[in-house]
Amino acid sequence: MPEALLQPDPAGIYCRAGSFHIDPWLAVHTAVLTHAHADHARLGSGVYYCAAPSEPLLRIRLGPGAVLKPIPYGEQFTLGDTRVSFHPAGHILGSAQVRVEAGPTGASEIWVASGDYKRDPDPTCAPFEVVPCDVFITEATFALPIYRWDPPQATASQMLDWWDQCAAQDKACVVFGYSLGKIQRVIAELLRAERARGREPRPMYLHGAAAALTEAYRSLGVELPPTQLMPDKTRRGIFGGSMTFAPPAAAGSLWMRRFGSDDKYQTAFASGWMTVRGVRRRGGYDRGFTLSDHADWPSLLQTIHQTRASRVLVTHGNIDSFVRYLRETGINAEPLRTAYGAEED
Amino acid sequence: MRLFADLYDRIDQTTSTNAKVQAIADYIAAAPPDDAAWAVFFLTGRRMRRLVPSADLSAVLADLSSLPGWIISECYSAVGDFAETIALVLGATGVLAPTPDDTPLHVWVEDRVESLRGLDPIDRRRLLTTWLTQCDARQTFLLVKLLTGELRVGVSSTLVTRALAQSAGIDADLVAHRLMGEWRPSAEFLARVLSPQTTEEDVARPYPFYLATPIDPTPEHLSDDAHVASILGDAADYLVEWKWDGIRAQLIRRGRTTAIWSRGEELLTDRFPEVIEAAARLPAGTVLDGEILAYKAGHPLAFGKLQKRIGRQNITARALAEAPVVFMAYDVLEHAGVDVRPQPLVERRRLLSTLVGGLNSSRLLISPLVEGTSWPQFARQRRASRERRVEGLMLKRLDSPYGVGRERGAWWKWKIDPYSIDAVLVYAQPGHGRRASLLTDYTFAVRDGDQLVPIAKAYSGLTLDEINKLDGWIRQNTLERFGPVRVVKPEHVFELHFEAMAPSTRHRSGIAFRFPRIARWRSDKLPADADTLADVRRLMASTGHTLEPTMFDDLDDQPAPSRDVPADPSGLNPRPGSTPRTDDDPPQATS
Ligand SMILES: [Zn+2]
Ligand SMILES: [Zn+2]
Repeated sequence: MPEALLQPDPAGIYCRAGSFHIDPWLAVHTAVLTHAHADHARLGSGVYYCAAPSEPLLRIRLGPGAVLKPIPYGEQFTLGDTRVSFHPAGHILGSAQVRVEAGPTGASEIWVASGDYKRDPDPTCAPFEVVPCDVFITEATFALPIYRWDPPQATASQMLDWWDQCAAQDKACVVFGYSLGKIQRVIAELLRAERARGREPRPMYLHGAAAALTEAYRSLGVELPPTQLMPDKTRRGIFGGSMTFAPPAAAGSLWMRRFGSDDKYQTAFASGWMTVRGVRRRGGYDRGFTLSDHADWPSLLQTIHQTRASRVLVTHGNIDSFVRYLRETGINAEPLRTAYGAEED
Repeated sequence: MRLFADLYDRIDQTTSTNAKVQAIADYIAAAPPDDAAWAVFFLTGRRMRRLVPSADLSAVLADLSSLPGWIISECYSAVGDFAETIALVLGATGVLAPTPDDTPLHVWVEDRVESLRGLDPIDRRRLLTTWLTQCDARQTFLLVKLLTGELRVGVSSTLVTRALAQSAGIDADLVAHRLMGEWRPSAEFLARVLSPQTTEEDVARPYPFYLATPIDPTPEHLSDDAHVASILGDAADYLVEWKWDGIRAQLIRRGRTTAIWSRGEELLTDRFPEVIEAAARLPAGTVLDGEILAYKAGHPLAFGKLQKRIGRQNITARALAEAPVVFMAYDVLEHAGVDVRPQPLVERRRLLSTLVGGLNSSRLLISPLVEGTSWPQFARQRRASRERRVEGLMLKRLDSPYGVGRERGAWWKWKIDPYSIDAVLVYAQPGHGRRASLLTDYTFAVRDGDQLVPIAKAYSGLTLDEINKLDGWIRQNTLERFGPVRVVKPEHVFELHFEAMAPSTRHRSGIAFRFPRIARWRSDKLPADADTLADVRRLMASTGHTLEPTMFDDLDDQPAPSRDVPADPSGLNPRPGSTPRTDDDPPQATS
């Protein structure tokens, strides 16, 4: 049997024909990155190929010394004996599926490593593009038939209702979400929801961890509502009526003291995991808003179908049962063991 | 059901009691009265009998979703709640209605769900299929809870009472009184509950029970009597009685009828014919508060005897002889048809002597006063509680009116210290309800040679932080799994408390515990420091409770559900599982 075009090795998903790794978790000479999340973009590699819009984000993540090679979506470039291109994955700004083609034109083999992806509309990034292929590598973060996302504008509208209710009681709202991708998407959705109600957005506070990344989004032309950096030192309990965004790590930390006593604020978590009531309660959040940057169950099945791939490799999340389910429904699926999936949603 | 679903969400989305009360009051104002009556029924913790086996719902779910059973099981593991799993799976597979119908709650309960009764499985499943495809996710969730008799809403009855009182602009006491006992939800019922006028109906019901506040355990640097003195002041202001280990109940004699209501709001009249017979000699318009006890030769029998008797379908002559019961009266709430609760306790006690003392009945007794004039004297008597088969002392202010609920300050219970052992955590499994996503049902073992023998299950007693920490540890240290049960590394030692113990043939250790709970996580101890089976046997021998085996085999896992009580023909089984218990705040509180 000829060697697979892409296969896991100790450093990542390796392409021998092109002599590169996709999203390596160890340092390698050539890395091809799907997106800037921490479990996919790691320090130390020689050269990083990436989709053009993810460059500023990767610069923040990987530092000024990293050698980045941004390539526009859809533009093919050559690595070794392969032709590689990036295609929007709809996950976060600059997220890409990596298409790898090898062999003579007309009789070539095409693999697509989709990284993390979603199919729902997202005002902060280009929508997912279906890329027909022979072998499709899919994520499986929410690969259980309990996950189906509501339209994001419906969720944003619930968040606005919650904000209005809290504001009426002079309470602060604190929303926790991943600081790259999730927070920017939530504030962009809130901007649209406010406008749909004929209002201009109220200013929002950002935790320091999300500030630079949010600026990078703006620099790439993503329209976001005005935000204010939460100052390091503040008087306590002066945030009634405001909304603040912070990474989940801030929950329960000293940083929260600025909001005053328990009755002065409410917390929420924006994540696909909030689908399950028990998970929300266990986290101790007042509210859970189901908003995910990963594909839900129907989207996973739809995407696999649309790529017309003859083989599906499953990674990142609920791998084993998704493989079993796909096989039982007649799809040639196998697990692909990787180190991804350690990120929040 | 949309309004009710909104109410459920509002209650679910806040931890503030005021917000919950407001949500209920808003709902009462907005909902049709028939619906609101049912909402009150569910909010006060009453439940319908289960009408649909889970197997039916699983079959309908598999059918509608076209998913294999194993993946549905995985979904259930991820969700931890059956109704929620069904709602999510049907939602994710696109089966649910985008615009659900809005059949009112009372139509669901009274007509639709009722129509399932007596159907064969095929018709039942066909009907379920139709309904589920007409609902959205929230309604599906609530409907399945209804069908499985598990609809519970996270509010206490006190909050519901407050909300109703607020809506009607009447006294919360009156509302609490009207909600006691059995009732069938209807618009008329709700109107009576909310009515500003006092009616005949009102007096045909028991009064809300007044509950004592526990005295906290004595701190190490104090003596028991000094501790109590520091909280209560002068012993001369108090009347002291034994704290009985029976079933708290009101004996109600009005007109020519007599009723016994438990604190769990169950009507127990037909369980205790000998008490009813004796009470026939009480004057009409009398309500007594007291304790039902199995009692023989001047002494209470173990609680298990009473429990066993309540569970019996028929009260045979043998049962009457084996576990004869008495009503141990300690208060008068109504005399000559007049509510005497505002009178001081000392007056009510005087009335009690006249009313009950004069009867000279062997079935209707007056709870005797514990002799003494000072806290040291009472502390000494308290130490002899176990020999008397009582749970400690009740301390009641002589000038106290009969209060409502848990009002602090006038009545105190001073229980004896529980038994205590150190045991090792060996198994864990997910909890129920709110704790379904956490491993909170623990099994503990004691040492026997180089083996560990499982000895007790306990659910409660840890803080949320500890539960989370332990949950993480268990997931990292699971040695083996049997279904939901995880065998964990024997590493952590816990101090368990329990109220009593008895030999048991049903337990591998040969011992059953009553109300076992976790007192604290002994991170200072290693498994080698845990108690041995021999230690525990010695402890049991020291209690003198070398009773016949199987005495409270039913008791150690959970307070035994009243599963043998005949089903209520109305289909409204008020609070199944809330077997009347003697204690005001059972330590066994789960989830
Ligand atoms: Zn990602
Ligand atoms: Zn990822």
